[in-house]
Formats: sequence, C-alpha cells, structure tokens
Amino acid sequence: MKTKNKIRVLIAKPGLDGHDKGAKIVALALRDAGMEVIYSGLHQTLDQIMQTATQEAVDVIGLSIMSGAHLPICEKLIGMMKEQGLTDVYLTVGGVIPHQDIPKLKEMGVAEVFPGGISFEGITTGMNKLFE
Amino acid sequence: MGVAKYIKDERGAIKEVVYQSGIKVKPAYGPEDLEKAGFTYEKDLGAPGEYPFTRSLHPQSYRSRAWTTRQYTGFGTPEETNERFKLMIANGQNGLNVAFDLPTQMGYDSDHPLAEGEVGRVGMAIDSLKDFETAFAGIPLDRIGSGLTINAVATIMMAMYQATAEKSGYSKNQISTTPQNDILKEMIGRGAWIFPVEHGVRLVGDSIEYAVKELPKSNPVSLCGYHIRESGATPAQEIAYAFEIAKAYIDNVTNRGIKPEDFVGRFSFNFNVYGNLWEQIAKFRAARKLWAKMLKNEYGVTDKKKLFLRGLFGGGGSGLTKEQPENNIMRGAYYALGAALSGAQTTALCSFDEAYTIPTPRSALLSLRTLEMLMDEVGLRDTVDPLAGSYFIETLTLEMEEKILEEMKEVQKWGGMVKSISNGFIQRKVSRQAYEFEKGLQSGEYRKVGLNPEGTPETTDAGNEKTDVELHEYNEEWAIKSKSNLKELRATRNDKEVTSSLTALEKAAKGTENVMPHLVKCCHAYATVGEMAGVFRDAFGEWNEPDFY
Repeated sequence: MKTKNKIRVLIAKPGLDGHDKGAKIVALALRDAGMEVIYSGLHQTLDQIMQTATQEAVDVIGLSIMSGAHLPICEKLIGMMKEQGLTDVYLTVGGVIPHQDIPKLKEMGVAEVFPGGISFEGITTGMNKLFE
Repeated sequence: MGVAKYIKDERGAIKEVVYQSGIKVKPAYGPEDLEKAGFTYEKDLGAPGEYPFTRSLHPQSYRSRAWTTRQYTGFGTPEETNERFKLMIANGQNGLNVAFDLPTQMGYDSDHPLAEGEVGRVGMAIDSLKDFETAFAGIPLDRIGSGLTINAVATIMMAMYQATAEKSGYSKNQISTTPQNDILKEMIGRGAWIFPVEHGVRLVGDSIEYAVKELPKSNPVSLCGYHIRESGATPAQEIAYAFEIAKAYIDNVTNRGIKPEDFVGRFSFNFNVYGNLWEQIAKFRAARKLWAKMLKNEYGVTDKKKLFLRGLFGGGGSGLTKEQPENNIMRGAYYALGAALSGAQTTALCSFDEAYTIPTPRSALLSLRTLEMLMDEVGLRDTVDPLAGSYFIETLTLEMEEKILEEMKEVQKWGGMVKSISNGFIQRKVSRQAYEFEKGLQSGEYRKVGLNPEGTPETTDAGNEKTDVELHEYNEEWAIKSKSNLKELRATRNDKEVTSSLTALEKAAKGTENVMPHLVKCCHAYATVGEMAGVFRDAFGEWNEPDFY
C-alpha cells in the first residue's frame, strides 16, 4: 500500500446512464474532504475513462453506476487496467449496487464499493483507508 | 424533520419552520394573513374550472372523471413489456407510460458496442418498428394514450408510434401520445441528451409543429420539472425552470410563424410530489394559476382550454429509501394524497422497490392499488379542491407564486434558459443545492424515517442493510434475442427503401425542413433507431457538457 498526501480521484460516469446527481455530489464531498477531484462528465466509454485516468495520473477511479450494469462494466474496466498497466490505481464503485453484488465486485478486484445511501464520511474514510 | 428546516428549542418544541423554496411557516394562520397578502377570491382562485384555474381545470374535477393512472413500465424485449402493459391495463390502468432502455434513449441499436450490458435493462429495447408493433400488439391505441419517456430521440419514437398505429389500422387522428421530449430538462437532470442545445431545441420544435398539423390528439412535449427537482432543485425552481424551458420551446415554434394560441394547449407537464405535503399542494395550485396568467398576458392566448396546465403529478423517486424499503409503500400513499389534493389529472408512483431496481409486477400493482384507494375508498372524488379557503393553504399558495416568479426572474437575468443551460449556471446551482441537502440529510438536519432515526451518519451505511424484498431480475437472454431479431431484420427488409428514406431524412436534418414526415417514412421502411439517430449525429454533432465546478 502507498501513502498519499493528497489523493487524486477521477469520478467517472461510464456508459449511457445520465443520472449524475450522485457522482456530482460525491465529487463535491471528496473535494471538501481535501482530495483533488476530476469529474469525467456523462456518457464516458471505458476507453475515455482509462485515458483520463492515465493523463491525470489519478490514484483512484470512482465509477458511479445507476443502471444495474455494474458487474459487466467493472469486470471489463479491471481487465483494461491490468492490460494497460494501470495497476497502481484503485477502482471503486458507487451507485445502485445490490448488497449481494458487493462480494462479487470485490472478488473481481474492485477495491471499495459504496452503495447508495452510504454517508460522505463513509466514502471518504473508505478512500483514505486504501492509502493507510 | 422532513425536507423542511425545523429549528427547535431546548425542549424539542418547533420554533421555526422553513420550506425548501424558502418560505417561513407560521404556527397558525388566520384571516389577517389573507388580508395582508391582498387575497381575493375572484383574482386568486376563481370558481373551479374558471380562470386562473388555481382550484381546478374542470368545474367538477374528479367527480366528472377520476385521474388517469400511468405507471412507468417497460423492460426486456417488447414481448415482456407487452405482457406487463396488458397486466396493468387488465388491472384498471387507463394509460401507458413507456420506459425505454438506455441504448434506445441514446439512439443506439442493441448490437452497438456502447449498448453492451444495457439492452433491456432499465426499459424495453427498441430497434425498429418491428419491436414497436410487438410492444403495442393488442393495445387499443384509440382508447389508451401512451406517454413515451424519451427525449433526445423523442421525434423518432413519435414517428414509431404513428407508424405502428397506421400498421394496426388506426389513423393518426385517433391516437394520443405524449412523448416526454423535453431535452433542456434532460441537460439539467437525467442526462439522456445527445445533440447540442440548439439542435435539441429544433427537434422539439419540429415535433410540436408536426403535432399541430398532423396529430390532433397528441401532446408533443411533456415539460418535466420532475427530473429537475430530483436533481436538487427546490419545488419553486422545479416550476420556474419548467416554465422557462417552455418559453424556449414557444420561442422556437413562434419563430416558424405559428401562433402560441395554436400549440400551447398541447403542452403537458410532469411534476414531482416529493417533499413537504403543504408545499407541494401550494406549488401545484400556484403553478396552474401562473401558467394560465403567463399564457394569457405574455402570449395573448385567449381560448380557455389552452390555458390549462395539464399534467402528471407523480411520486418522486428521491423520496424513497433503500433502507426498510417497505416504508416506501406508505410514502407513496402520502405522495399520492398530495397529488390528489392538488387536483392532478394524471398520476403515477415510484414503486417501493425502485430504490433497488425496476419494479416487480407485485410492487407495480401495489402502486396502482394505492392510487385506486384514494379515488374509490377514501373520498378524494367527493368535492373539488377541498383545501380551498384554508388560511394557511391560500397564504402559502400566494407565497409560492412569489417564489416561482423570483426564480424565473433569475433565469431571465442570466439570459433565458437556453443560455443558462449552455453555460452550466443552472446545473451548477442545482448540483450545489443537492450537495447541501444531502449533507443536511446525513447530519440529521433533515429527517427521513428509517434512514437516519438518530440523525447519525453511522446508521446510514446502506452497505450493511439486508433486503428481503423480492427484486426484478435482469435476464441476459433479452440482449441476445434483441440482437438476433435485429440481424434478421437487417437481412429481410427492403434496403433500397431504407436508404432512400434515410437520405431524405439527412437532407431535412441538414436543412430546415421538418424531420417528422421523413422519420415516419424511415420507420415504415424499418430503418433502425441507430440509423435514424446516426443521421442526426452526423448532421448535428454531440453536446459538450459545460464544467460543473
């Protein structure tokens, strides 16, 4: 594990879903908690997310997914991160994530899952823990 | 407590109440409040069914006709959706509100790489007229009206609806469809936009113009304050922004030489019933009045019926909690009560399991039954606008009116809605409010039962919650089936007709000719949604969202 003074986070909205309230308010909350936050904007392909994450040299990618497609999206992105050597970046995911999917996501290699309803404090703590 | 601010003294008694729209509520109201506000019956209320329609659009309201129920429905392939439509209609639902999956909403076919994992997930997958024919098979399109929840490519779905009706032997004069078709709203909240602002508004204008000329019973636009509210707007902003958006569409159509009188009667609205009960009721009463006044005074509309703010007032999804999901059944009932006390013509509820996923048949029927109870058991059909004359409600309605006007003035100061959205003013304001509200919810300043009982953030860790509700399951087979249907369609349709209709569409899109007649031809030729939207993508390009920080 690595320690960080200031965590750089990419909050990203993959795919076609446009419900961005969660992504935006989490971006604001992480920024207020002292992190550097980049917000991807809507309708991002996984290639675009990979590109932004690399260019901005982020420490964490935070995906916001509401459509129910979190399992296939995370699986694919993790594959791409491995393939393209983005192995020192943590992948986290938040949104409408049923409880029973959390172990599946973790097994896949998702570092943290932040399902809807979790507090900002819960998310910040979870992110910080990755670097302790 | 609730979504309002409650300031309490040391013993827990309420000292001050401030609603989200910024209105302070007094402990008690009397005749002096109405006098102070300059309230008169003739000016502010009028008889039910009379200008300015604060009380009701129709003299007898629910006595002459109960509300229309329109649960948001659609998933999987058109076959599954058709089955659910029929289930809802067999159970007394009298209108449809169609949910499309994300690829359809974003103008991609089921076999497009960006559609992967999304086909049939949050709504039904539509690729061509074949799918529409299946989805509406056996539905009496002359009696059942359909809301189509789609925006960026609403023109395409309107054309599909007409083509489907024509194929089943109905004329375009008989059918009634209400596509959502509110692209500016989509740019503030919900996010299913594709084309740049000016092209998006042009397509809305095309559909209004076409409906005025060709579809006498259809309502081409449903202005959705609903999603703006869900994104973090206050109830006053919800109405104000929807009205300012309406003005942008009115401008587009009047620039084509069509008088407001000839088309504003076709606008309908979709508003949210989430939040403080009294604030909602005052909001709807004030909105009906302001809309009528605005059309009469600013646009010179004279025909009484064209001044109506008709709409679906439905339970808001952001009120629901994942925690203790059964509580959402009761929440829905209270929202529906608010809608009924506000005189909603049409209504719908988010079902209790929608904080997780789209509803099961059981939960969708529960919503329908909740709505029925209000009309048929509890007495909401007895008399028109039962709260009229209440010192509190009438004062609050006048105050709401002021707040809505203030919010509208701010948008006008920024240069109108198109400009305020293009430069991101509205989006930033609404997101910032959503953030502040969420912080208040987490600190216990706002109360949500079952979510923050002690107002401590620890209790909101939804990751630890256990769900024992039965949930709708996504079926991977739907995508496979959609793709194979599409493959078959591409192999069997008349390519020449497809190409020639798409070429004509391209010419119209790049010029100023109305795209609607061409879309209808494309649909009849079984051109796909992706092909038609692709023509628009080439002609218009895509929108670049402004920064939100």
